[in-house]
Amino acid sequence: MTEKTVWPLFEVFIRSRQGLSHVHAGSLHAADAKMALENARDVFTRRGEGSSIWVVPSQTITASAPENKGELYDPADSKIYRHPTFYDVPDDVEFI
Amino acid sequence: MPAREPDCPERRAAFDAHVAAEGKVEPRDWMPAAYQKTLIRQISQHAHSEIIGMQPEGNWISRAPSLRRKVILMAKVQDEAGHGLYLYSAAETLGVSRDEMEEKLLDGTAKYSSIFNYPTLTWADVGAIGWLVDGAAIINQIPICRCSYGPYARAMMRICKEESFHQRQGFELMMALAKGTQAQHAMAQDALNRWWWPAVMMFGPPDGESVHSRQNMAWRIKRKSNDELRQKFVDMTVKQAEALGLEIPDPDLSFNSDTGHWEIGPIDWDEFWTVVKGHGPCNRQRMAHRRNAHEDGVWVREAAVAFAAKQRARTTQQAA
Ligand SMILES: [Fe+2]
Ligand SMILES: [Fe+2]
Repeated sequence: MTEKTVWPLFEVFIRSRQGLSHVHAGSLHAADAKMALENARDVFTRRGEGSSIWVVPSQTITASAPENKGELYDPADSKIYRHPTFYDVPDDVEFI
Repeated sequence: MPAREPDCPERRAAFDAHVAAEGKVEPRDWMPAAYQKTLIRQISQHAHSEIIGMQPEGNWISRAPSLRRKVILMAKVQDEAGHGLYLYSAAETLGVSRDEMEEKLLDGTAKYSSIFNYPTLTWADVGAIGWLVDGAAIINQIPICRCSYGPYARAMMRICKEESFHQRQGFELMMALAKGTQAQHAMAQDALNRWWWPAVMMFGPPDGESVHSRQNMAWRIKRKSNDELRQKFVDMTVKQAEALGLEIPDPDLSFNSDTGHWEIGPIDWDEFWTVVKGHGPCNRQRMAHRRNAHEDGVWVREAAVAFAAKQRARTTQQAA
């Protein structure tokens, strides 16, 4: 196979129905975005699984590194005041 | 693929403990090289099976006996192409390229499921494949939905959802023949006679001889042993054959009331290894067909790339 026939990789995101977010469904190779979209429809939505599709060139995605998990997410552990359960409210007070 | 931290006993122990506690592994996480290698081999082999598996049934699309059967069969074969794609994509997250995998299939170094090296001689074989081969595949695949490697597990869930239609359409087709004329019934029985043992062998060699089993179980890549899965298939299928009024071609088949399981006679493992080593009835034909399809498609792939480049050039020109 010659170098120039390698098609770039696209990530596919699908909105399963109106009102929901797009969710990552998988990936596929295509010559361009239009072909990626057409192929994504054929591969991922043959049974009405989607009402909208996004395709994104995989190499344009910037991802956090798993090694940085600690420094990125651990600080949230000490900020329990960000959760509603942190606050004391008398049992007989309603709708709060 | 990001550069991985080097292997060391502590890292290895942490990984083993993580998967043993049913933790999942995602593409950018650290993983032992052997775990990565095993998964690449298994997932790509699985993908190849889906792609080669399109051939035996594809062979009957043009001769399906009704429009209803034709659209069903086309939908099924198209699903298998999709399954191949989901799996190739999952394998790519481990750092192997689609082209490398394709090359290994075409040059014969990668394997695919031996079941697809058997011929589809009659229309009833299409029913037998859906009922038995997809039936066995489902039993094999359900435990992999809980595989420790996230992308493989997710691909498997999508596949399993689609497989159930495959098995049911096959059973229905067999039912139509089994309850049809005497000649149709005989055709269904003949298909069962030819596909039964190869389907039973789809679960691989007996537990004692299975090479990678123990490590794969510990890593939560494999969940149930070959013999456990095979037993499940036999128990399930015996009852289904009864419903069809067809006879399983095994004089030793008997019900063990102590265990509650059906027991089968000896499996011809020589046949299994002969086919695995490339000497089954259709190995050469399947590979030749795949290679031709790949070569015939070169100009299409090149043309698509040239067209995309031209479109890009045009948009940049307009923007300038
Ligand atoms: Fe499949
Ligand atoms: Fe299938």
